[in-house]
Amino acid sequence: MEQYTGKSVVQEIAVGSIYVFAKKESSLTKRTIEDADQEMARFEAARTEAMNQLDHLYQEALTQVGEEEAMIFDTHKVMLEDLDYLEAIEEKIRTDKVNAEYAVTATGEEFAAIFAGMDDEYMQARAADVKDISDRVVRILEGRQDEGFHPAEPVIVLAEDLTPAETIQMDKSKILAFVTQKGSANSHTAILARSLNIASLVNADVEIKPEYHGRQAVVDGVEGVFYINPEPELLKQKEKQQKELAGREEALKQLIGMPSETKDGRKIKIYANMGNVEDVAQVLKNDAEGIGLFRSEFLYLGREDFPGEEEQFEAYKEVVSAMQGRKVIIRTLDIGADKKADYFGLEPEENPAMGYRAIRICLTREEIFRTQLRAIYRASAFGTVSIMFPMIISVTEIRKIKKIVEQVKAELAAENIATGEVELGIMVETPAAAVISDQLAEEVDFFSIGTNDLTQYTLAIDRQNQKLDSFYDSHHEAVLRLIRMTVENGHKAGIWVGICGELGADETLTGTFVDMGLDELSVSPSSVLKIRDRVRNIG
Amino acid sequence: MKTIEYAVTDPMGLHARPAGILVKKAAAFQSKITVENAEKGKSADAKRIMGVMSLGVKQGQKIVLTIEGDDEEQAAQELEGFLKENL
Repeated sequence: MEQYTGKSVVQEIAVGSIYVFAKKESSLTKRTIEDADQEMARFEAARTEAMNQLDHLYQEALTQVGEEEAMIFDTHKVMLEDLDYLEAIEEKIRTDKVNAEYAVTATGEEFAAIFAGMDDEYMQARAADVKDISDRVVRILEGRQDEGFHPAEPVIVLAEDLTPAETIQMDKSKILAFVTQKGSANSHTAILARSLNIASLVNADVEIKPEYHGRQAVVDGVEGVFYINPEPELLKQKEKQQKELAGREEALKQLIGMPSETKDGRKIKIYANMGNVEDVAQVLKNDAEGIGLFRSEFLYLGREDFPGEEEQFEAYKEVVSAMQGRKVIIRTLDIGADKKADYFGLEPEENPAMGYRAIRICLTREEIFRTQLRAIYRASAFGTVSIMFPMIISVTEIRKIKKIVEQVKAELAAENIATGEVELGIMVETPAAAVISDQLAEEVDFFSIGTNDLTQYTLAIDRQNQKLDSFYDSHHEAVLRLIRMTVENGHKAGIWVGICGELGADETLTGTFVDMGLDELSVSPSSVLKIRDRVRNIG
Repeated sequence: MKTIEYAVTDPMGLHARPAGILVKKAAAFQSKITVENAEKGKSADAKRIMGVMSLGVKQGQKIVLTIEGDDEEQAAQELEGFLKENL
C-alpha cells in the first residue's frame, strides 16, 4: 500500500481504479528557419484552427457547466488575438528566425511568468491559461490530437494538472475523483470537482507514474489522503465510510436552516473553523452560524516576505463580506512552533511548542502585529468581525494588546477610514490562562478554548510523538475541569465562552459541553451539521 | 479626449472574464483607448488582454480609461455603461 497526502477540495470518499492522465510529451525543438513568411503562414493556420477548437469547446461547456464557466474559452480566444502576444511571436519568427512551435512556446512561457509573478493568487492561476492556449497552437502545429479520455468504467483521474479544456472534454459520468499533483483550491479542476461534488485532492505529493494506471486506489477527501493498492482491511473500512457518508449527508442536509437547540430548549451556536479564503464557500454551504476561528497563517506561509496591509485587508474583506453579517472571528497570526516561514528569521528552538510563537512574536515585533490589526479593523466595516489572540498567559499581555489596538483604531479614525464594532477575545489554550480565567475575563469580550494546545500543555504530552499515544487521553478529567472552570469564570464576568479545538467536534462530548453551558462550538465546516444533529437530540 | 474614472466593485477585481469582455468592447472602436490602474500608475492598451490582465486591478481600486479618436464620444458612453454593469 502506498499513501500520499493532498489538499482536499471536496469531503467525499471515492474508491476505484486509477486513470493516469499523462500529457503526451511535446518533442519541441528549436530550428532555424529560412522562410519567415512561410513560417508565419503556418502559425496563422494553426491559430485559426485553435480558434475553431475554442468555439467548439465553448459550446460544449455551455451545455455542461453553464455560461459562467464556459466564458473561460471565450477569454482564451481573446488571448489568442492579443497583439502583445502575437507581436512577440512574430518577432521571434522574423527576427530570431525560429520555428513557429518554438516561438509560441517561448512566448507563452514569457507571459505565463508575468502572471505567475503577480501578488494576486487569482492572477497567478492565469499563468496556466496562457500556457494552455500556447500548448493548443503547438499541438496543432505538430499535428497532435487532444489527449483522449476514454475509460471503460468510472475512474479516479490522476494527473499532474488539468486544464479547463481537458476537464470539459472528459465524460463526467466516468469520473469518480480527481487527484492532481499541482493546482490550488482556485484551479479549474477544484471548481469542477466542487460542482460535481466528487472527492478531490489537489497539490498531492504523489508522483505521476505510468504504472499506476489501472491500480486500485482510495481518495479520502475527509482526511486528505490518497491510497494506492489499499490493504483489504482499509479498503473495507473506507467503503463502509463512503456508504455512511452518502446516507448521513442526505439526512444532515435537512438540518440546514434549523436552529442548534436541544429538545429542552438550550441553545448553542455552531460556528466553523477555516484557514483559507476559499473555505468560506464550505462554511456557508454547511450553514455555520459564523466563523469561530479564521486562522490567518495562510497569509504568511508559503511566501518570501510579509503580506502587506492591502493584501490582508482584501482577504479578510472577502470572507467578511461573504458571511453577510454573520460573525467572523479572526485569530491573529500563530506562526512559530510547527508553522514556520523563513522570512520571519526564527531561530531553531529546543522546544518550539513552548517557544517564540504567536502573540509572543506580535508583542515583540509590533510592526507585524500593527499591519495585521489595521487590515482586520478595515475589514470590520464590511460585516461583523471579532479578533482573538493566541497563546495568552497573563493580564499584562492583554493590556499591552489593548493599548496597541487603541492606537491602531485612533490612527484609522484620523485617516477617516471606516471600521465596525469589534469584539476582542483570547484563546484559552494554556493551563495558565484557564487557571486565571477569572482575571482574564475582566479584560476581554469572549474566550475561545483551544483544546488541542490546552490538552498537550496540561498533560505534557507531545501530540506529534506516537510513542505517547497510549498515555494520551483526550477526555482527561484535568482538561475537562479546566474547560468547566473557564466557562464558569467567563460567565461570572458576563462574557461568552466557546471551544474552537478538535474536542468541539467530538460528538461524545457534545452533551457534556451543553451541560457546562458553553455558548459556542467552532468545528470544521463538514462537522457543523453533525454537531447540530447531536445537539438537537439532547434532552 | 475623454476620460472615465471607475472604482472596481467586482470582488475578484478586473479578472480574466471581464478583462476579455472589456478588450472585445474596446476593440470595436476606432479610438485609441488606454486603461490605467490608478493605484499602481501602470497602464495598458485596452485592446490587449494580456496587458489589461497584468495591471492586476483588484476590488476597490480605481481605473482610468483614456479614449482618444473620432468615435470617442460614443466609446466613452458605452464603456462607462459596460463598467458599471460588469465590474
